[in-house]
Amino acid sequence: MKSIEPSPAPVDSETLAASLKDMAARILAEAKRQGATAAEVAAGDSSGLVVSVRKGELETVEFTNDRGFGVTVYVGDRKGNASTSDAGPDAIRETVRAAVNIARYTEEDPCNGLADAEAMARRVPHLDLHHPWDIDVPRATERATETEAAGLAYDDRIVNSEGARVATARGCQAYGNSHGFLEASWGTRHSTSCLMIAADSNGMQPEDWYIVGRDPADLEDHVEVGREAARRAVGRLGCRPVKTGSYPVMFAAPVAAGLVSHLLSAISGRALYRRESYLLDSLGRKVATEGITLREEPHRPKGLASAGYDGDGVATRAKTFIDQGVVTSYILDSYSARRLGMATTGNAGGYFNLDVVAETRPVEELMRDMDTGLLVTSLMGQGVNLVTGDYSRGAGGVWIAGGEPRHPVDEVTIAANLDDVYKGILGCGDDIDRRGNIQTGSLLVREMTVAN
Amino acid sequence: MTSTDVIVSARQALWEPDEIGEPEVTGLLGRLSAKDIDTGELFFQLVRHEAWGLEDGKVKNGAFSVDRGVGVRAISGEKTGFAYADNIALPALREATEAARSIARTGHGGGTGVLTGTTAPVRYADVDPIASASEQDKVDLLRRIDAFARSLDPRVSEVVVRISLDCETNLVVATDGLMSGDARPMARFDVMVLAEQKGRRERGVSGGGGRFDAQWLFNTDAAEQYARDAVRMALVNLDAVDAPAGAMPVVLGPGWPGVLLHEAVGHGLEGDFNRKGTSAFAGRIGEVVASKLCTVIDDATLTDRRGSLSVDDEGTPGQRTTLIENGVLVGYMQDKHNARLMGTASTGNGRRQSYSYLPMPRMTNTFLTPGEHAPEEIIASVDKGVYAVSFGGGQVDITSGKFVFSATEAYLIEAGKVGPALRGATLIGNGPEVMQRVSMVGNDFQLDRGVGICGKDGQTVPVGVGQPSLKIDEITVGGTAS
Repeated sequence: MKSIEPSPAPVDSETLAASLKDMAARILAEAKRQGATAAEVAAGDSSGLVVSVRKGELETVEFTNDRGFGVTVYVGDRKGNASTSDAGPDAIRETVRAAVNIARYTEEDPCNGLADAEAMARRVPHLDLHHPWDIDVPRATERATETEAAGLAYDDRIVNSEGARVATARGCQAYGNSHGFLEASWGTRHSTSCLMIAADSNGMQPEDWYIVGRDPADLEDHVEVGREAARRAVGRLGCRPVKTGSYPVMFAAPVAAGLVSHLLSAISGRALYRRESYLLDSLGRKVATEGITLREEPHRPKGLASAGYDGDGVATRAKTFIDQGVVTSYILDSYSARRLGMATTGNAGGYFNLDVVAETRPVEELMRDMDTGLLVTSLMGQGVNLVTGDYSRGAGGVWIAGGEPRHPVDEVTIAANLDDVYKGILGCGDDIDRRGNIQTGSLLVREMTVAN
Repeated sequence: MTSTDVIVSARQALWEPDEIGEPEVTGLLGRLSAKDIDTGELFFQLVRHEAWGLEDGKVKNGAFSVDRGVGVRAISGEKTGFAYADNIALPALREATEAARSIARTGHGGGTGVLTGTTAPVRYADVDPIASASEQDKVDLLRRIDAFARSLDPRVSEVVVRISLDCETNLVVATDGLMSGDARPMARFDVMVLAEQKGRRERGVSGGGGRFDAQWLFNTDAAEQYARDAVRMALVNLDAVDAPAGAMPVVLGPGWPGVLLHEAVGHGLEGDFNRKGTSAFAGRIGEVVASKLCTVIDDATLTDRRGSLSVDDEGTPGQRTTLIENGVLVGYMQDKHNARLMGTASTGNGRRQSYSYLPMPRMTNTFLTPGEHAPEEIIASVDKGVYAVSFGGGQVDITSGKFVFSATEAYLIEAGKVGPALRGATLIGNGPEVMQRVSMVGNDFQLDRGVGICGKDGQTVPVGVGQPSLKIDEITVGGTAS
């Protein structure tokens, strides 16, 4: 990775980071005073602006402002947790007291406690995550208005709008524990989104689109957000039924990330030690097609999910969870690692920038490979059972026949067992969606049941 | 306790710690009363929450939290300005008020002199669920239910038990000088089990709760009943076969399968989508949108229910609103903002997740009224179809009307008889179409047990659902069996 020079943070940022760290230190001291044998604290302070415009008129202006802290105390092998939005000295004392009180009634668990001291992040890399957006309400309104207008003008069949929204937020999170680890990190997140409604004689179809980034300078053209939402909404018109049966199914990149997330959940510590996963004892086992590798890049500059240390203060590091279809690492925090008799992987709080690494191909080529089947562009519902791997969700998309898009499809379900789905991935598109924690191209699956 | 007493104690809890009084609050309302601001309000809230969790045979987790703050809203025509503060000290209140009123183009207009308390019937007791049982009693209860669930069947391999208790106090003061408050208890108990047999594992879940304290868990056998239910579901699912795929008749059991109404019609009848014309039900008042067997009601006035409200989060008394009467669309659910823009009155459905979110029209307890058929008759009328009795949740696309809900306990119906259990499957349909295909409604009406959580636009609120058994002549079942 190329090295990045830290950019000087504004003075108020440093002041706020220092005050959050100071508060965290006072909370840890209070925990010790009240008899905790170990403690950890997370404190945050974030603020932002959300402006939404609908049909050319300003609709809402929201100023967000969230503060608070949570403390976990350990009394021997017992644990208690408490949190509050209040940061006054009384609140610190009372919140710690509540946590210590809870630890009197919970039971001893030898897996409890801080992560091992030697696992703490020693040098936290600069990740370039803080790029405040100097945008005021009038300019945000103008941007949202332009976004929506572009969508409304895109096609006569765009008949209505849920509006466009411009949001910006910056926040500082401090984490400290009684090993002496105490860090604070800044981050920003900016987005523009739009939801357009197209209609024909069969009714209305809504579709949305958004862009998001750490740095406003990196955001793509906001006008394109309105157009893309409109393009997608118009593309939903003219849905036709399909015949229930088994077909190849391609998950378009924006929904493919969700499909990959279930695989990651199934190899996550909590699901494993609670035996709520269909992938128990899967280390070293093949759980997906050979062409798929899942790699975590926590130190990616400006990454939406980048982090120098995890929620336990443990150093994050680049690693592969699934290599050529084989599980090479579970996703563990210190507690789940101890439950499973393993070492933490630095994933308290989840994974940090997950890439699907595969030999990518143009989506048109994948469509030709599938010949006849469903390209899924939207998914609905919660029909994913990680215990059994059973998967059944509502879907909408485009029917592919003879390798070409034919007509939109709505109100169908797609179902299969996840084990067959991941082992049946035949290809990955080159249309990688970079807007989320999981970055993947479209994924073509050999066969699922499509019901209509 | 009367609603006047509730206001008095809410003022004590929310204002006194920061030495805020009526003069300070009316001063803030005055700042909000600019000429081109139609209405505005301050929503003060204090929520204390406690939860305990047992897994792996031990009470391993306990958590306590306090969240206290104020949300300030100013409305001018269709424009809303909103800000909030996570403390109730005067400087923070002033700052939030100035931010919220920044949508106004004019200076302040003087406004509010005296605050007048409103009255409304109280729908639940002013109790503190957290204080209603000792810590020791709560953790002992979790351990007892763990042991009980394991004793029911040797195939039970994992048990997770949770108790979650909330105590909320809020106070709404508006620029018209009206003041209302609410003291809302909430208790919830959940049991999740895993059963294992010959290498196969299946889950069962159950739980319940409502706006009361924790004593129902100690005075009745409710907790044992939840455990029995969770174990039964897991064991049933151990033998489940692949669900069928395609369109077919579906019979829904009573109670919690009322998720159907919440998704198929409920969201589509919320005022905001209808004002904007973005709901599949927009502009259809007076039209037939369901079979004539369907009467659908949203009712915040039910005593102690999870979705009940004495007053909503805008200070409007909770109400019983008929949405669909014998198949005809008769009403929407409204908050103040959408009601004003649509020239109607709020139906007491203005709700918000907390002070840091804007209120919007939301459901309370939404249900379908009973019909005349015995549930056995309904099942007997189906030659081949699915009988679904429990669901993991649902989702709706309000604009197109399509919705899904995912069965977690379901059975095949063959020749009018309930057959083998089916693996989980999602059902998908279009709200107005599916409601027209309701062909039989049972006489076995039930409300759910009090576990519903509804999400909309990033905000969650507790809700209730209910229905008798009913038959849908055709809906798509998302199984894998051909």
